[in-house]
Amino acid sequence: MNRRYQRELFVKFVFTAGASTSILVVFLIFLFLFREALPFAWNPGLGELVGTRWMPVTFQQPGYGLIPLITGSLLVTFTATLIAIPFGVLGAVYIAEMAHSVEREILKPFIELLAGIPSVVLGFFGLVVVAPIVRDVFNLPSGLNALTGALLLALMAIPTIISISEDAIRAVPLSYKEASMALGASRLQTIWKVTVPAAMSGIIAAIMLGMGRVIGETMAVLMVTGNAPLVTANLFEPVRTMTATIAAEMGDVTRGAPHYQALFWIGVILLMITFIINWVAQRVLRRYQR
Amino acid sequence: MIRGSDTMVNLVAWWAEDFMYAYPEHSVAVRGGGSGTGIAALFNRATDICASSRSIREEELQRAREMNIDIQEHVMALDGIAIAVHPDNPVDELTMSDLRQIWTGAYTNWADLGGPNLPMTVLSRDSNSGTYVHFQQYVLGENDFARTVRFMGASSSLVMELASNVGSIGYVGMGYVEDEEAVKVLAIKEDEDAEAVRPSIESVQSGVYSIARPLYFYTEGAPGEVAQLFIDFCRSEQGRDVVLETGFVPVAE
Repeated sequence: MNRRYQRELFVKFVFTAGASTSILVVFLIFLFLFREALPFAWNPGLGELVGTRWMPVTFQQPGYGLIPLITGSLLVTFTATLIAIPFGVLGAVYIAEMAHSVEREILKPFIELLAGIPSVVLGFFGLVVVAPIVRDVFNLPSGLNALTGALLLALMAIPTIISISEDAIRAVPLSYKEASMALGASRLQTIWKVTVPAAMSGIIAAIMLGMGRVIGETMAVLMVTGNAPLVTANLFEPVRTMTATIAAEMGDVTRGAPHYQALFWIGVILLMITFIINWVAQRVLRRYQR
Repeated sequence: MIRGSDTMVNLVAWWAEDFMYAYPEHSVAVRGGGSGTGIAALFNRATDICASSRSIREEELQRAREMNIDIQEHVMALDGIAIAVHPDNPVDELTMSDLRQIWTGAYTNWADLGGPNLPMTVLSRDSNSGTYVHFQQYVLGENDFARTVRFMGASSSLVMELASNVGSIGYVGMGYVEDEEAVKVLAIKEDEDAEAVRPSIESVQSGVYSIARPLYFYTEGAPGEVAQLFIDFCRSEQGRDVVLETGFVPVAE
């Protein structure tokens, strides 16, 4: 009996350790980012980060203002999410509720394929195909801007939104739909008035996860957004995102220099934004579940 | 062991291969990672030679002095920096002062330069590139790039935008613009009265075309016996042929 209890305890310990690994890893990453970033607080001081001039490699006074990078990331992320929502949600509704099983067999692998395209490949596609189209359609001097980046990122978010929303829609109990139909509602009325609202928490979680994918994406935006550190809400202007800045500049900074530490501050802020998105998603989920 | 610049990694690997063929008793390992990584490795004595596509920074020299390390610089080759536009752009030549005005944001339309009324899309390499630093220092006179300049992560994507955008202008290592159909390389005048010169092996080597950055080897103190042998090999006739093959320009003898 005692031996069995010990074994029970051991197994429980293994599972607890497994479950807590991710907490530990996130904590360690945060600690590491913070440790590398911290000396910036004394020299040249945190006030430097609250500026609109990002010009770290210069013969003049270097500028470490993170505001253009934060606004750049937010502009691209929100636009991409807004573009992805209708495609993602409508697609999920269609696949879950309306498509014949043959159509589903064809659609699903392609959506999964879209999710699996490496972002460099998508970036290359953006540079060669999407950017010239955006330039010609909107009659702009250049297609390397926030809109092109948002379009590519929407392509990346759509598969995530579709597959998770679809699961949520399918999880709605059949009895709900049967009740709605029995009351005389049409199929479309049932979908919009019963099924989708019942699946709303899952759909919102899907959108949030899509957004999480978008804000952390690096390679595709680095290739097509033009990377000029401007503070702008104009989608036709180039923007420099936080992720692209880290990717582009980390390779050649002097370790321990203010520029190096400023890049780690970007990492800290990016991580905090991701935390906030997740936290909001959890709150929304809980409210809908009630 | 040689570490450093990604720009030079092909060149150095080729040198190393030919060197080991000529001197089978020595072996040379080559790694990329960026000029900054190479310089850090030199400080940690983790490499014998650091390959760098930019000159060592003041803050790095400062650190070397603190650590009591004597850094020696060896110019191994030159990289001509071409100024290029879309092939349909009627402009053929610009002065150095025009370039400064373009990249610092004083000119924003080709009409400012007597060209067609066409907004300019100004392209630059990103700040991790040795070309960026050299261009900023030499062409912009240490002034900052305008904030509207679009920064491209890779030379190849910069050339792609040049080839597809009529109003664009950019600078890029001359090895990337050999295809004359895709982009047009401009001739540059030092000032209004000077002769316009296009970048070529001869003009870069003689210094008539002045926008070129040196590619360096750095060593800690005087190079060791094998390192010196390698450096001499890279500067020999055979080493200079490799430089030409990889799209760079050998230093004048």
